[in-house]
Amino acid sequence: MATMNMIQAINSAMDVMMTRDPDVLVFGEDVGYFGGVFRATEGLQKKHGLTRCFDAPIAEGGIVATAIGMGAYGLRPVIEIQFADYIYPAYDQIVSEAARLRYRSAADFTAPITLRTPYGGGIFGGQTHSQSPEALFTHVAGIKTVIPSNPYDAKGLLIAAIEDDDPVVIFEPKRLYNGPFDGWHEKPVEPWSKHADSDVPDGHYTVPLGKAKVVRPGSDVTVLSYGTMVHVALAAAAHAGVDAEVIDLRTLVPVDIETIVESVTKTGRCVIVHEATRTSGFGAELSAMVQEECFYHLEAPILRVTGWDTPYPHAFEWEYFPGPERVAKALKRVMEG
Amino acid sequence: MNAPIKNTVSLSLRIPEPKARPGDPIDFSGLNVPPAGSAPRPDTRANAFQVRDLAFTLIRVLDEAGKAVGPWDPKLSSALLKSGLRTMVITRAYDDRMYRMQRQGKTSFYMKCTGEEAVASAQALALEDDDMCFPTYRQQALLIARGYPLVDMMNQIYSNEKDPVKGRQLPVMYTSKKHGFFTISGNLGTQFSQAVGWAMASAYKGDSRIACAYIGEGSTAEGDFHSALTFASVYDAPVILNVVNNQWAISSFQGIAGGEESTFASRGIGYGIPALRVDGNDFLAVYAATKWASERARANLGPTLIEHFTYRAAPHSTSDEPSRYRPAEEAKGWPLGDPVERLKAHLIALGEWSEDDHKALEKEATEVVRAAGKESEAIGTLGQSRPSVKEMFEDVFKETPWHIRRQRQEMGY
Ligand SMILES: Cc1ncc(C[n+]2csc(CCOP(=O)(O)OP(=O)(O)O)c2C)c(N)n1
Ligand SMILES: [Mg+2]
Repeated sequence: MATMNMIQAINSAMDVMMTRDPDVLVFGEDVGYFGGVFRATEGLQKKHGLTRCFDAPIAEGGIVATAIGMGAYGLRPVIEIQFADYIYPAYDQIVSEAARLRYRSAADFTAPITLRTPYGGGIFGGQTHSQSPEALFTHVAGIKTVIPSNPYDAKGLLIAAIEDDDPVVIFEPKRLYNGPFDGWHEKPVEPWSKHADSDVPDGHYTVPLGKAKVVRPGSDVTVLSYGTMVHVALAAAAHAGVDAEVIDLRTLVPVDIETIVESVTKTGRCVIVHEATRTSGFGAELSAMVQEECFYHLEAPILRVTGWDTPYPHAFEWEYFPGPERVAKALKRVMEG
Repeated sequence: MNAPIKNTVSLSLRIPEPKARPGDPIDFSGLNVPPAGSAPRPDTRANAFQVRDLAFTLIRVLDEAGKAVGPWDPKLSSALLKSGLRTMVITRAYDDRMYRMQRQGKTSFYMKCTGEEAVASAQALALEDDDMCFPTYRQQALLIARGYPLVDMMNQIYSNEKDPVKGRQLPVMYTSKKHGFFTISGNLGTQFSQAVGWAMASAYKGDSRIACAYIGEGSTAEGDFHSALTFASVYDAPVILNVVNNQWAISSFQGIAGGEESTFASRGIGYGIPALRVDGNDFLAVYAATKWASERARANLGPTLIEHFTYRAAPHSTSDEPSRYRPAEEAKGWPLGDPVERLKAHLIALGEWSEDDHKALEKEATEVVRAAGKESEAIGTLGQSRPSVKEMFEDVFKETPWHIRRQRQEMGY
């Protein structure tokens, strides 16, 4: 056991898997000698060698395409896209290729690749270092989409993803790398070391893909969230004085429908929170599922609290970010309904 | 049937590495610097294959003594040289101040172009003012040379009430159509091929303006670079395709972009695009190469690729710490020197400039930048002043649709 922040936990997951399996290798822009712009791959090249953790040319499409080729050979590449905002040149390779290799070849070829990418706002990164494009991936058949919210899960989910035989895209909430940011941006962020989920085993373990976690049991309303918004939802519940049951989805596809249905059936109310833009966001899918599965238990309309339908603006970061005030307002509203 | 051929050795994967890392002595031994004046200057009607050698040499005009030599000497007036020097010195002073302001917490982010000032400064003078540039974040000297107010650049950096892009963009992502400066994208490479489209439009309309595109050597790996070359070549677009090879892409040396196998200029030849490889720290060489390329473009002879061989003396950005991946002394040891020092030495060699003149210019530059800084900071730095929050919801579309209007109202605006 060690105390790790999220970056250290992610680093440890790759380290453990590179040690166990010579077919695991890591590449991406600036990940080699330098160790990545967020330091997630620090020390991996030194420890495991030049050919197992190396820099890639600035060509996201090329990074994903070569990972697919390596996967087809039998390796398990773990690739980093430096920011989720820069994933789009790779979109064709992910959507048309990685996602469909298994299907179109009747499992003759597969793409056992893991793509890690920092996402989300709150770092004054403007429109090109803040986006949350998860719904562009959950919409595609054949990709698993994972979003951790703490160091323990980040490591366990990443190891599970590397061992998974299908392509997995992991969006890492960069605002959480150093501490459980809860949206009260004027308060200093606590370091992870003060948080129970920073107790991380040094060795191998997994957090299964497709399993959500109830992070706060409650009886009034179910809050569905993931990534940074899990911590915001917890802060909002405290702020609103509402006994919310906060669920951290952890995997968006395949989503843990059982945990969702069980909770909403119990509470009869549901608020969905994500940082991504609202229109066609993953919240729309969740809302439809809850409506289909829990309609007769619902006592109020399902509400969504999301980023606005605009690009992420530099100077209005905290007006854009769906912080605890906005979430608390929705919690109160849904309790009135 | 033939017997199967087997490899006699097992395959191995090569990963390129730079010659020197932190702690190593700097090593530029692989760098071949031909003497100034040694590259021939062909007629602008030559094709890519006739000028092939220019993609592998370095076009250099300023010699070690600061004299302009050889066929590429553009023979510029001293007034023009002084104007170029002034742009470079102001750009450097501007970069220093804004970098400092970021360090003091007055904005979120900044990027310098230190060591690379000659590229944009010389090109701004070699181009017409209404030619359209598609810059990266390291061509701020274009705006400065074209007279864009420093205070507006700073207002953008502070996202304050007078920010021309209304608080929406990361610092240094300027825009000014009026100054032929296309809005900068944070996404690398995308604009390189857009510039080709602009040039095609200019040709379609029978206009006289040309486009000037920029990309870093690291970003030439992106597909957009290759689209740009294909389209420019197919349609003979009136565009100058600049690759600024400053040796580094954040922590990746130019070998990661394929610079060890062949020069970046030589990429053009495969597309049939004439290509020049230029000493990017030599103001005169950059100017002359740009003139050659612009003459070709204006005469309907199509695109030219220029590789500017230079060195990123500054950190990548305020978020970077280069001593973690390259020797700290590398910038000082760069064999092609500093562009400001070299143009200064040239003016002195011409008898047109003195150390005192230079000190006075530096002082003036600092003053000009400080005055603009005071003006902008009086409006406000990041967080002290900003446009109305309403601006967050504007310009997503020309007319704001109901759902965005509703969100704006929910925000209370
Ligand atoms: C599509 C895309 N991928 C990655 C990045 C992150 N990034 C920003 S600058 C940079 C390095 C660019 O290097 P180069 O093209 O050589 O330009 P330089 O910074 O040296 O001027 C990287 C990887 C980005 N902005 N856009
Ligand atoms: Mg570069």
